[in-house]
Amino acid sequence: MLYFVGLGLFDEKDVSVKGLEVIKNADKVYVEFYTSRLMGADKEKMENLYGREIHVLDRQEVEQDPWWLEEAKEMDIAFLTGGDTMVSTTHVDIRLRAMELGIETRLIHGASIVSAICGLTGLQNYRFGKAATIPHPYTSSRGNTIISETPYDTILRNRQLGLHTAVFLDIDMNKGYMTVNQGIELLLKIDEKRGQNLIKGSIAVGIANAGSEKPIVKADFAEYLESYDFGSPLHIVVIPADLHFVEAEALVKLADAPESILEEGEEN
Amino acid sequence: MGRRKKMVERVKALMSNPDMVRNIGIVAHIDHGKTTLSDNLLAGAGMISQDLAGRQLFMDSDEEEQERGITIDSANVSMVHEYDNNEYLINLIDTPGHVDFGGDVTRAMRAVDGAVVVIDAVEGTMPQTETVLRQALKEHVRPVLFINKVDRLINELQEGGQEMQMRLGKLIDLVNKLIKGMNEERYKAGWKVDATGGTVAFGSALYNWAISVPMMQKTGVSFNDVYEYCRNEDMKTLAEKCPLHEAVNDMVIRHLPSPIEAQEGRVGAIWHGDKTSEIGKSMKDADANGDIAFMVTDIAMDPHAGEVATGRLFSGSLTRGMEVNVSGTTAKNRIQQVGVFMGPERLEVEKIPAGNIAAVTGLKDAIVGSTVTTLEDMMPFESIQHASEPVVTVAVEAKHMKDLPKLVEVLRQVAKEDPTLQIKLDEETGEHLLAGMGELHLEVIGHRIQRDKGVEITTTPPIVVYRESVKSHAGPVEGKSPNRHNRFYIEIEPLDPEIIKLIKDGEISMRMPELERRELLMNAGMSKEGAKGLVDIYESNIFLDMTKGIQYLNETMELILEGFTEVMKEGPLAREPCMGVKVKLMDAKLHEDAVHRGPAQVIPASRQAIQAAMLLAEDVLFEPYQKVFIQVPQEQMGGATKEIQGRRGIIVNMTSEGDTTVIESKAPVSELFGFAGDIRSATEGRAMWSTEFAGFDSLPANMVAEIVNEIRERKGLKAGVPQPEDFLSM
Repeated sequence: MLYFVGLGLFDEKDVSVKGLEVIKNADKVYVEFYTSRLMGADKEKMENLYGREIHVLDRQEVEQDPWWLEEAKEMDIAFLTGGDTMVSTTHVDIRLRAMELGIETRLIHGASIVSAICGLTGLQNYRFGKAATIPHPYTSSRGNTIISETPYDTILRNRQLGLHTAVFLDIDMNKGYMTVNQGIELLLKIDEKRGQNLIKGSIAVGIANAGSEKPIVKADFAEYLESYDFGSPLHIVVIPADLHFVEAEALVKLADAPESILEEGEEN
Repeated sequence: MGRRKKMVERVKALMSNPDMVRNIGIVAHIDHGKTTLSDNLLAGAGMISQDLAGRQLFMDSDEEEQERGITIDSANVSMVHEYDNNEYLINLIDTPGHVDFGGDVTRAMRAVDGAVVVIDAVEGTMPQTETVLRQALKEHVRPVLFINKVDRLINELQEGGQEMQMRLGKLIDLVNKLIKGMNEERYKAGWKVDATGGTVAFGSALYNWAISVPMMQKTGVSFNDVYEYCRNEDMKTLAEKCPLHEAVNDMVIRHLPSPIEAQEGRVGAIWHGDKTSEIGKSMKDADANGDIAFMVTDIAMDPHAGEVATGRLFSGSLTRGMEVNVSGTTAKNRIQQVGVFMGPERLEVEKIPAGNIAAVTGLKDAIVGSTVTTLEDMMPFESIQHASEPVVTVAVEAKHMKDLPKLVEVLRQVAKEDPTLQIKLDEETGEHLLAGMGELHLEVIGHRIQRDKGVEITTTPPIVVYRESVKSHAGPVEGKSPNRHNRFYIEIEPLDPEIIKLIKDGEISMRMPELERRELLMNAGMSKEGAKGLVDIYESNIFLDMTKGIQYLNETMELILEGFTEVMKEGPLAREPCMGVKVKLMDAKLHEDAVHRGPAQVIPASRQAIQAAMLLAEDVLFEPYQKVFIQVPQEQMGGATKEIQGRRGIIVNMTSEGDTTVIESKAPVSELFGFAGDIRSATEGRAMWSTEFAGFDSLPANMVAEIVNEIRERKGLKAGVPQPEDFLSM
């Protein structure tokens, strides 16, 4: 049996009781940290709480060569991930591979940033459109630098349909965790390049350390967020579309948004 | 005012009047007398005759070595010549006369507007004559002809006047035929050589005389007189009546174009930017007040001033302290000195205006081929195409560990000075690999590193650099990204020879306007869709995007091309460079989210699909060949031909001239190592020989596995000939 266990948002204590039981009883426990991370915990803290030795898998062992899958034919294996399991698209692929090998699978869910952003900002879950990720700019060996415009286009299309956009920020082994500031800066650059004002002058929300005792949630016009200090990672950005008046009120009270957005809300 | 100082003033005055300037190069087959001709022009130009005598003394001084560094490497000279009561400035670039170093000729042709083609009257046109002539025409450089060693026809071959005239006539016809064959358009525009028209001179550079039809009119010396002077071995008088420098310089001034006349055509051939733009117009008119457009054609080390970049200034005026951009780099460079070459020395001047050949220091980021400009976004000049390619490698190590940092610096330096040289650091072994055009070329470089740069080195025996290319069609082959969310479908086939030729000749590049490129490709037989889909050219390989309307593909293409470039640099069979491969992207499936199709996903998927598809398309090794020309007395001919035949070589042609036989042959570079010593002993040292790059040919089938394994072992790769499955992830 292969158990996929979502560990929740921030530290080792965010795991569910059911999840903890599975981990304690499994024959072997694996974890991957490259799609997300529990920023409030490390391997040692996790092992202490779970009372189990855990093996960290690198990207290659998850995507290319999941040699450890075979073990689930005979044993109970727990595969741990940050957040809720299966939110990261890669994990679905592992489950499909396991099924091909005739391995039974089970999911133990955890809290996800996808729902946490609704809670932290007061933005309503059913009003979110397609999510996007801003990748770090990349300079090729041919000397050209690419800044992906896909997240920008996703925001644009969502906005046209009156939908908010959750914008994930790149986690890269070498370039590190992208901050809200970097993400906003990249989006503003595309504004400039296209001669548009999609981001500039619009409200954006930056969120840091969701799930911790002191999450930071700050809404403001995007250009002001570029220099706001959100502290340590992980960060995420939400670019809201037109706000329902309850959402506007929530952003002012929960995320310190400028009060001028209340008036705009009334007009709608 | 001293004599030389006066000369500097004259040069400066003439420089700013482009009508009175001629930029010329001298080109020839080896030993046809190129350098002797240059020396004559130098001595005859009036200003150096005195200095030349003094130079002998100067050479004895302690600074001999330092001076040598300049005179030998950068034979650029500015000189003043009087014609029709007017003074003209002739900027001359002499191409160093190395055996198989075609690269130097190519670079020199970039800087000049006209070329004096020197041909040995006895030997006639030789393969290198053709090469240099072709090079000149390609760069839109107009040729005139100097037929050298005419005295040998009379004194050695004992030819009569009639016979001699016929021979010379035939030679001129042959040169015109070559010009017509190489560039009919230019030929029709009047670029032929013609004795009565005055674009041909005859003479003897060794004995300092030359004659042309206009010269005969000017001096009253007739063809018969010339014949008699030679016959009676009184060429000294002949040289007094018809000095070589006068005949040749008159011809240059009268028949080769000034920068004003030449630059429109020249710029058209080497620059693909917008001709109607400010800089386009300024270059066409050689406008000294325009923005700077300077093409670097040579970099040499000066022991005092550091790196000196020589090149052609097409627009603007270069002055000290100017801030400029160098193509391919982002940092600004500040010009420290500007100067011209006068004889062996570089003389600093305040300012050099458009249309001249300039030598500047301070361009620390420039390499040969760089475009230097005051503009921020000028379209660079086309890169310089070399007739030869690096085909031989040696690994270089410092003899003493402490010299390693110095060696690294020296290697960087020699690569800057000689753009046909490639330096690569082997990351795994830490060795520096030096790739050049032949065993001899690398020996010369190795020698230079030890002698001139003072670093003791050890080198490995030379190794051949092979090429990989495909013989058939394969695909579509599917390449999957590691996260399995992206798929690419690749087809591979051999690139048509006509298209390869367009690339090698520099006729098409990614820099030129798309429509122009598309038309050239379609004229060469490429389909409209293919020509439209061309997104990258790497060496002689191309990448075509045959897909339509795939979302997100535009921001993914750079990554796909990175995979393409990686494989073209190191092919799947033995990680040797690829040539003549056409890669087509037929379809792609991409993840919507940008982070799931980043570099770590797309590059390997693209790379592996291309690698597997190439193996399916019968990827094979091609080996470099060289033409070998051997001149040998009859008795030793057998020994010479045996040397060639024993090296998988073939005899292409054999001609006899007197008791000398000229053997034209072709052999693989891998078999030619040690040829110099072997041919010497096989012919009792009586053979004269030269080589020329002859392209690539596929390795005999029975040798492929062995050579592939040999290369893989040397590079520390997995043993065995790779199979397509090795590159396809499940």
